[in-house]
Formats: sequence, C-alpha cells, structure tokens
Amino acid sequence: MPYIPHTKEDVKEMLAAIGVSRLQDLFDEIPESLRIHSLEGIPEGLGEMETARLMEDKAKQDARGLCFIGAGAYEHHIPAAVWKVATRGEFMTAYTPYQAEASQGTLQVLYEYQTMMATLMGMDVSNASLYDGASALGEAALMAVRANRHSKSKKLLVAGTLHPHYVQTLQSIVETQNISLEMIPFDKKTGCIQKEVLAPYEKEDITALVISQPNFFGVLEEVDVLTNWAHEQNALVIGVVNPVAMALLKEPGQWGTKGADIACGEGQPLGIPLSSGGPYFGFITCKEALVRQMPGRIIGRTVDLEGKEGFSLTLQAREQHIRRSKATSNICTNQGLAVTAATIHMALLGFEGLKKVAKACYANTHALAKLLTAIPGVSLCFTGPYFHEVTLNLSRPVKDVLKGLLKEGIQGGFPLCEEGSPLENALLVCATETKTEEDLKQFAKALEGLMKGV
Amino acid sequence: MSQIPSELRYSKSHEWVRMDSDGLVIVGITDHAQALLGDLVYVELPEVETAVKAGEEAGVVESVKAASDIYSPISGDIVEINGALAAKPELVNDDPYGLGWLFKIAPEDESELDELLDAASYEDLVEAEDH
Repeated sequence: MPYIPHTKEDVKEMLAAIGVSRLQDLFDEIPESLRIHSLEGIPEGLGEMETARLMEDKAKQDARGLCFIGAGAYEHHIPAAVWKVATRGEFMTAYTPYQAEASQGTLQVLYEYQTMMATLMGMDVSNASLYDGASALGEAALMAVRANRHSKSKKLLVAGTLHPHYVQTLQSIVETQNISLEMIPFDKKTGCIQKEVLAPYEKEDITALVISQPNFFGVLEEVDVLTNWAHEQNALVIGVVNPVAMALLKEPGQWGTKGADIACGEGQPLGIPLSSGGPYFGFITCKEALVRQMPGRIIGRTVDLEGKEGFSLTLQAREQHIRRSKATSNICTNQGLAVTAATIHMALLGFEGLKKVAKACYANTHALAKLLTAIPGVSLCFTGPYFHEVTLNLSRPVKDVLKGLLKEGIQGGFPLCEEGSPLENALLVCATETKTEEDLKQFAKALEGLMKGV
Repeated sequence: MSQIPSELRYSKSHEWVRMDSDGLVIVGITDHAQALLGDLVYVELPEVETAVKAGEEAGVVESVKAASDIYSPISGDIVEINGALAAKPELVNDDPYGLGWLFKIAPEDESELDELLDAASYEDLVEAEDH
C-alpha cells in the first residue's frame, strides 16, 4: 500500500469544495482559550544527519552483553525471515484498515493469528490483539464484569503473584468504573497462591479471579485447583499467561473441570524484539459464550456470492462504530504489524518448534539455577515449581551485585527488592533458549566472584 | 405496511405491551422495529428477578446491521424471559407479537400502561417517522 501525501493543490481543491480558505479554519470551533500555539520543550526539527547522530548516541546507552532479565519481556531468537516478511510494504501498517474488506491479505493474516492464539490457549475465540499484555488484562477484567451476570459486586480477586505493572494498569483501568480489586496474598514458602487463603471469600460475591501462569516469580500456580474454586463461587476465571509457556504447560482452556473463561497476556515473546520496552502487543482469547463481551476486531472466514473464500470483520455490533457509547470498549484498534510478525513467527516455528523453545527455556533456567545456587550465599527463594524464570535470595545487596555483573557485561536479572516489594534481597533470573552452556557458566563465575566480595 | 394489532399498547421506542390474564405484562418489539433492524442474530435479555423502571434499558437486540437497546415500557420485576430466543433470535422477525415476545414483567403500577400509546397513536408515530 503506497503512501501518497496530498499535494498543495489537492488540499486547496478540497478546502474549496467545502468553502473554507485555510486549513486552520477547520479548527475555528475550538475556543481560543483552549488552543496551544507553541509546545514547550519540543525543539525545532532536525535534519537527517543530525537525527542519525542523535539516535546513534542514544543507542549507545542501551545495555549490551548477556541478558538474564525477564520479568514480563523475554529475549527469544527471532528467525530473520519474520521481520523480512512482516515489513513488506503490503503489511507495513500498524492500523486496522478502515475499508477492511478491501484488504483481504491483512484480514487473512489476522484470521490466521486468531486461529493460532485460540489453539495455543485452548480457547474458542481470539480478537485481533490489543495494545499490550497489561491493557489486555484491563479489558479482560471489564469483560468479566459485563459477562458475569450472577455477580453484582464488581469485585475481582487478584493473585498477589501477578506482575506489579499489570496490577497498576488494572487499577488505573477499573478504578473509575466502580470495580474493586482485592489482592490475594501469596505463600512465602512456595511462591504461589494456596487455596486456603481463598477460604474467607467463599461466602462473598466475587465477579472473577485473576491468575497468572507462570506467575511473576516464575513459579507455576495450581491453576486447576484455583479455577475450580472460582467456578464453585460462580466467579469467572481470567488467566494471564506467557504464550511460549503455553506450548508446554496446560492451556487455560483446560484448567480445572471447565477451563478458564478468558486468557490474555503479553504477545512479545512471539517474535517481537525487546526494543527498549515496545511496541509489543496484547492478546485476549475467550470461551464462545463470552464473545459478545470481547473488545476489538474479530475476523471471520466466509464465502462470497460465487462461493469463493473470503474474510470479513464479524460481530461488529460490539464495536464503537456501531454501538457508540455502549460498545464493549473504546478500543477497536490492534497492533497490526506486531501481530503480523507474531503470526509469521508462529507459522515458521510450528507448534513443535514453539514447544522446543519452551523446553529449551525450561532446561536453561533450571541449569542456571543449579549453577547459581551452588554458590555460597545464593539460594532458591521459593520451593514451588518454576518454568523459565526463578527467584533467588542473595546474601549480599542485590543492587550492588547487579552493578558488579554489569561491569562484566552481564545483565543479571530483575531486582525484587524495590520499595513495596514483599521480598528482601531477591533477584528474578531468566535464561531463555538464546543462552548457551558457556553463557550460564560465565554468569555463575561472575556471580561467584561478586558473592565472595572480590 | 407493518402490522399494528389494535389490542396492544406501544412505547415511542417501538416496544409493544400486552396485558396477560394472570396480571403479568408481556413485552416485545413491534413489527415496524424488527423490519427496520433486519435479520436478528442475537437478543440479550434481562435477568429474571431484576427490577426495571419504565424507560430504562432492559436488553439489546442485535441484527446483521445494527444493535439497538430495548427499553422497558413499564416499571416492575422481570418474572420470565423468552428463552427460545437464545437459539432462535429470528422468532422476533417471524412473529414479533407472538413467539417473538421478549420478557414478562410483574408491573409495579398498572396505571403506567395508560401512559403508553394506543394502536392509532402508534400508527401515527410510525407514519411520521416514515416521512
């Protein structure tokens, strides 16, 4: 799709057609007092040469070396073909085309994406994606409140093992809508949610339970037990999951007797580079019974009058261009380009390939944990089983240790000793399939030196 | 020309109301309304036992081209909903005043019915809309 800007003549003609002389006149109805004529802090434009130099200087600030940080964004190998194909002109647009059905290729990619995500999650339906994992959870929470008509409380129980950024985003999204969140404390020994702590809520009206799998500490939750408990209370279950982990672990659709109702999360591990935190994409999938409460675009496969296959937007009555203020969400957009890359990534790897990636991540992180916990002063923080991230306790201040590691070209993990953290001196470490045995040994050697105080 | 049965009462938002022999009030959407919406694909009905107020939203009808709120013509408690519509929303198109009924209300105040339109006034309303 070529980008052809309007020429001065085009603009002039269009303005003449509606009887306006200057472009600025279109904004006449905005009162003078509300207008901002100059933006402070925004410098004048730079030339190409200056811009390139600026970006080079900025890029130098990026940390180099071996990355053992996970905590919500994961370094995976992305086959070169993924972005080569995704950045072709035909795909290179981050937005849902307004004349959607004219863009059959885009719709087909989204349809394939939805099919892959629904399969990976064991759910019936997927939308065409949302902004990121945390905002997908926000939408999932709103969905659950609309869908659970048994519940009048608008109260969500949230596992205390959910990523703290997700908790903050969730709070921002729901707090203005009379929805309350109650955090469930996690077990300090296992690092996950025990069914016993839910007992006080048994007589209460709970709208939904939010479970994270694996959880923020890398630990695996007892999803079957938690899902069944929630369903016994007539509460819906929202799973916040890592998509790579789902190639190996039980998918949300199979949790407990009836399966989770909504599964959402961060799509970045599926072919999106870390790139300083974004853009990423969020995914959301659900059971068919909830599809009318799902926000965003859904693409369907159909046939035209001649019986030929075609793709179209479907169930649009949920969306804001039809339902206006009653729409399921004001989000009708999706992360088109990131999703295109994810679709190509999943297609290249195949299900078996994705499973291999998951297995390699699991094996590497467990091998690393074994090496690191052999060092005096380093121990596992929790006894619960973990997937591709593990929480370690250090006998020395985590921040000093991380600084020392960085000097040796190692980003040693995510510190869990920030203000408000329930843990002291804990470090969250991740080793994906990108790490070799030598990398793990190098990390262990560097850490051993630092723990001795050398 | 759409059907407007003379024995029913109507709201300005195109719901019809029938007083049942057991004191309950049956509510549906008019033939005119279903024709404007086109083929229905989904009907969202209120929960039984919920209280509704006259003029308040009580559900949604969704067709292939639009979605429209249903407003309760009178105040009261929802006592029954037409469960058949979950699987067959097209009943509203085929038989809007019969098998396509939406829900039954135990009215709080029957005199509210007098505030609704009779068939002749509703016919005027539909005609005025058409022009």
